[in-house]
Amino acid sequence: MKTEVPVPENIIDMSGIRKVYDTGKVKVEALKGIDLAVEKGEFVAIVGPSGSGKSTLMNLVGCLDTPTDGRYRLGGEDVSKFTRDELADVRNRRVGFVFQGFNLLPQITAFENVEMPLLFGGVPPKKRRERVAELLSRVGLADRMDHKPTELSGGQMQRVAIARALAMQPDVILADEPTGNLDTSAGGDIMALFSELWQQGSTLVVITHDMTLARRAGRIVEIRDGRIVRDGEAAA
Amino acid sequence: MKRDLSVVLHLFLSSARLQKKRATLTIASLAWGTVTILMLLAFGEGLKRQMMSNEQAMGNNLAIMWPGETSKPYKGLPEGRPVRPKLEDIDYARERLPELDAIWGELTSWRTALTYGRKTVNGRVIGTRWDYGDARKHFPKARGRFINPNDEDEKRRVVFLGNEMAKDIFGPEDPLGKTVLINNSPFTVIGVMQRKRQSSTYGGPDATHAVIPQSTFKAVLGDKDNRLNVVVFRVRNADDMPAALKHFNEVMGPRLGFDPEDPRVWGLWDTVKGQKMSAKIMIGLELFFGVIGALTLIIGGVGVANIMYAVVKERTKEIGVKMALGARRGWITGPFILEGLIYTLVGGLFGALIAIVIVTGLSFLPIEGNDVLEFLGRPTLSWPIGIATIAILGTCGLLAGYFPARRAASINPASTLRYE
Repeated sequence: MKTEVPVPENIIDMSGIRKVYDTGKVKVEALKGIDLAVEKGEFVAIVGPSGSGKSTLMNLVGCLDTPTDGRYRLGGEDVSKFTRDELADVRNRRVGFVFQGFNLLPQITAFENVEMPLLFGGVPPKKRRERVAELLSRVGLADRMDHKPTELSGGQMQRVAIARALAMQPDVILADEPTGNLDTSAGGDIMALFSELWQQGSTLVVITHDMTLARRAGRIVEIRDGRIVRDGEAAA
Repeated sequence: MKRDLSVVLHLFLSSARLQKKRATLTIASLAWGTVTILMLLAFGEGLKRQMMSNEQAMGNNLAIMWPGETSKPYKGLPEGRPVRPKLEDIDYARERLPELDAIWGELTSWRTALTYGRKTVNGRVIGTRWDYGDARKHFPKARGRFINPNDEDEKRRVVFLGNEMAKDIFGPEDPLGKTVLINNSPFTVIGVMQRKRQSSTYGGPDATHAVIPQSTFKAVLGDKDNRLNVVVFRVRNADDMPAALKHFNEVMGPRLGFDPEDPRVWGLWDTVKGQKMSAKIMIGLELFFGVIGALTLIIGGVGVANIMYAVVKERTKEIGVKMALGARRGWITGPFILEGLIYTLVGGLFGALIAIVIVTGLSFLPIEGNDVLEFLGRPTLSWPIGIATIAILGTCGLLAGYFPARRAASINPASTLRYE
């Protein structure tokens, strides 16, 4: 399936990434040269104040947007110059997203929501069903498969979203304020789930304000004003 | 695949529920457009068929030739010489032109007194050959017949009456077997023509004349020249007409003394050409109807596109999510195109049903004696009309889905997924 890239096994390898938003009159430079490497199996928290460029970085890491400048290799593939459909495939295979607002499709069931990436990835129906059932029991929602998102609590919705992010066995799970819309107890559950995933070998990149969550990560990257100002062990 | 479809169907149904009122109105406008295009085309088709049948009521594949004067000198004969064919010349041509289905000359007595009892009617009497009957569609009403070879050989005094002339002379009485005086000679009525709608004539409508054998005509109504008023022949296939006309002149030229290339000898009416022309006019008319109908449908299509744009806007975020999950362009555009097509096809189906009901309803109206319908014909739905309508509907539906889908595909996922 995935081609094994020899050492050093960097899932994310960014160098000199710049992103300029051109709104016609004003040009805003959101990222001013980012160098970031994330190894397989790392748990990285990206922190920083609003407007620092966190979200822009997240969009670029997740291949939702392309950089203005710089080189980006995701899982060994240079994605800086990919077409829209190629980027869609990369997102499908390599990236699992978890959003603050869950972003589940409201009119279909939890099961169908988790099935969505498998559908786009062209996985045959029988395998899809097995995989979805497996994922939903892994996040503790085996008995909620046929519920619609509106019939679930916030924590349950976020667990569905995590199951969905895991569906295609991505290289990296990318989470944007995953506990931002949750109460403390549900947030704690989600954090515990992330830690568990990390222990099982997943690579995680989490953007957060929440220092409790950030401290669970092995490494914290702080961004200010479009630049990385700190990058080190979480304990520091 | 079943699951793929069910997901797509799910998405469609929930969006249709959201857009119920708009969807209903749009489907209604598409149904209306479909009714319009189908009715216009059905009327066009009915009109075409009616015109064709009216035009062919005189007979088809006919060449009608009025004798005229030469315009070229021929073998020492000067130009401007009248050409006067006689019945013997027609027999001569018949022997030498086996490719013709029928050829005859017509002797005409224009205002002739036809008397039955105290009633006298002045009318047109034609003396011609028996094969005129089939070629000119003089079909007899029940129990009657047209003149036959024996009538001709024996110079029988028998007459075949046009239906209106028969009514003028006999009123409500049955004319069959009765004796009518033509120029004071007694003739037996052997047949009355079936009513027919006829739009083209030479001399006058067939319903208002009487036909007698040419041999009898010569004996009773003829003068010493027995000048033929007109010469008519019929070819088996419409395509044979030009060759037949050429051959006819090559045979008749030397006998009657004219140059076969002389264009002025006959006043010619080639009905094959005429029918081709009116067929072209009708096709033009149908195209025109079709274009008007298509324009009406396009308005419906714009309605669908409008709904779909609203749906795209409403689901911008969902589209962004799907993109983030790795949906390629086709996964984003497909459902919208499908949705547009479904609206269009549902509307089209309703419209088609309504049009079929209307056309079927009209088919129960009696056409006989209804002046408007006799001219317009009966609205008729045909396969080509159906196929054309489906093609136009399908194109409308595809376009109505395509443009909104294109907008959906151009959504930038990064900007839709930002915080709410």
